[in-house]
Amino acid sequence: MSKLLTSGKYFHILVPLISVVLGLMVGAIIMLAAGYNPILAYQSIVESVFLQPYYTGETIRAMIPLVLAGLSVAFAFRTGLFNIGVEGQLLAGWFVSVATAIFFGHLPKVVLLPLSILAGGIAGGVWGIIPGFLKARFKVHEVISTIMMNYIALYTTNYLIKHYLYTQGERTPNIPDNASLASPMLANLTQGSRLHWGFIVAIIAGLLMWFILWKTTRGYELRAVGFSPGASRYAGINVERNIVLSMAFSGMFAGLAGTMEGLGTYQYMMINASFIGIGFNGIAVALLGLNTVVGVFLSGALFSALQTGGLTMQSDAGVPVDLINIVIALIIFFVGSSYVIKWVLNRLAKRGEKN
Amino acid sequence: MIKKRIAVLAACIVVLATILAGCGNNGSSAGSTKKSSFKAGMVTDTGGVDDKSFNQSSWEGLKKFGKDNGLAVGSGVKYLQSKQPTDYAPNLNQLVQQKYNIIFGIGFLMQSDLQKVAEQHPDAHFGLIDSVAVDKNNKPLKNVASLTFKEQQGSFLVGVVAGMTTKTNKVGFIGGINSELIKKFENGFKAGVKSVNPKAQIFAQYAGDFNAPDKGQSIASTIYGKGADIIYASAGNTGNGVFTEAKTRTRSGKKVWVIGVDKDQYSEGLPENVTLTSMVKRVDQAIYDTTAKAKKGKFPGGQVIEYGLAEKGVGIAPTTKNVKPSVLAQVKKYQDKIIKGDIVVPTTDNEYKTYLSSLAK
Repeated sequence: MSKLLTSGKYFHILVPLISVVLGLMVGAIIMLAAGYNPILAYQSIVESVFLQPYYTGETIRAMIPLVLAGLSVAFAFRTGLFNIGVEGQLLAGWFVSVATAIFFGHLPKVVLLPLSILAGGIAGGVWGIIPGFLKARFKVHEVISTIMMNYIALYTTNYLIKHYLYTQGERTPNIPDNASLASPMLANLTQGSRLHWGFIVAIIAGLLMWFILWKTTRGYELRAVGFSPGASRYAGINVERNIVLSMAFSGMFAGLAGTMEGLGTYQYMMINASFIGIGFNGIAVALLGLNTVVGVFLSGALFSALQTGGLTMQSDAGVPVDLINIVIALIIFFVGSSYVIKWVLNRLAKRGEKN
Repeated sequence: MIKKRIAVLAACIVVLATILAGCGNNGSSAGSTKKSSFKAGMVTDTGGVDDKSFNQSSWEGLKKFGKDNGLAVGSGVKYLQSKQPTDYAPNLNQLVQQKYNIIFGIGFLMQSDLQKVAEQHPDAHFGLIDSVAVDKNNKPLKNVASLTFKEQQGSFLVGVVAGMTTKTNKVGFIGGINSELIKKFENGFKAGVKSVNPKAQIFAQYAGDFNAPDKGQSIASTIYGKGADIIYASAGNTGNGVFTEAKTRTRSGKKVWVIGVDKDQYSEGLPENVTLTSMVKRVDQAIYDTTAKAKKGKFPGGQVIEYGLAEKGVGIAPTTKNVKPSVLAQVKKYQDKIIKGDIVVPTTDNEYKTYLSSLAK
């Protein structure tokens, strides 16, 4: 038992698992303190997500951009970069994919759909390359520059929508059906949810990331730079080029996340008064998922289930949706304080040995 | 050792939870089973139910209906809050699945989601506030009652108050999101000011957000700084920042006013007493009426109902302590003119320009 706990990869997996359990438990205590019924609340989440097709569909729908945003953060993190700019790259991808779909609306679906997705991915990539280049060439810290880029993306897309693609309701017109990821079949299957084909894109992106990082020489270089830029440079790896490349891929995943919202969930882009938050949630998803592909999918599923189920919780158990945000924040908090969890586990394990 | 401790902890939590769960269950099941089957629900936009404005007013209307008809909050009348725009559709759908007899979408931001859900569920009845729900051919949807307001008329009246009350001859307007809807407030207000005070200077600015009190405050600071002594805030929760700024200035000895919006915001201005008056938009009344019709089986589906001064759907707030009687008399005069149709209040920038040139003659 003690060896299992303190050594090997199981130990790494244990920390996020314990964080989730602790997060849910502390969340329950807060609900109790506020006079709500936590069992009813969690029950309504589980029931809606697993037993009601509409919410299952909505959960998977919410998972698609969240997973892509998580992959984006994780990819950059593997190269030692902290990409806070997912939100901006996502907006850039969202806008460009929708704009492409509208401007080339006459093209057949076989051409237009891949073209729009590609355009969204590239736009996100370009938005990621800029801070990557600044970091590689001028040593501008990527955290600062990506945050700035977020604001530039937010207000630029708002401006462009307002002046070139505006329609009633503070948004762009709908994209043509030729560019839509939505599927009546999936919608019918899930009692009219907004589930769309984007989940295939998310799976491909996950496979792509795994392949690049762990199956190619370039991926080895990327990860080496993440472990130690100095040692990598000494070993003859071009650190600067790898930083730009990593941000390009990271931005592309983020751009695809936005594309999924544009071509799938909404079918348009609205003027966003403030950030939509998927990018920031992506950081949490990557953190909880230990920056691995499988982990990102699992934690993405957890967060989207909590968010979607949270709406039912509000309705069935009368618990305000805000509490779900508290639970999510608690989980992140516990992951962040993983050192404490590790320490406790070690202590417990040592005592176990004594006994 | 570890197992024992964890087991004890787990047991404690389970016991505690079940005890409380027991209490909760008894309460709610008793509440939901005894009353009649009519249910009315609403989905707020991202401003939330406590925005001290539009969403809150809607909920007050629904709550009042529940009270008058013996429907319990939470089972007979209910609201669902949306944290982000993606929540609109699941929330509307939730109420459909729970067989609510009428479901209100609060605000034009919800329009496209409400249209989609309404098309998927032709048997369910919906109400949309501030916008007209249409199908793909631009025809009103049969199962949606669209409730809109002539905000320009009410805004004109508070404009009259502002124009006559200002001492600096400078007034301000702060809008939420620059849109067709808020333009109605802006142009109606400006027309009202100019009608009684042609020399007045009007600063209009948009925050780009209905839910950003900080932005509201910084814009208010700019406009008051330019010398305006009255600001009309038509910006939902963003407007609360205007109140904060006005209170700070009043406390430091510079008396400034705010004109509230959507509901009588007299109490938001206390204790510094900064609310001059408010443009009341009776969303609560519209929701009450429509719910009552639906309960009688006369749901006005497919109709576009416009609430104006004549229908008492918009107007000046009942609290008039801070408005001079002479000003109130003028307001009354203009109100009659608008109801009679002698004045057509402008809604768009172009109509406002035409109106201004007609004043000059």
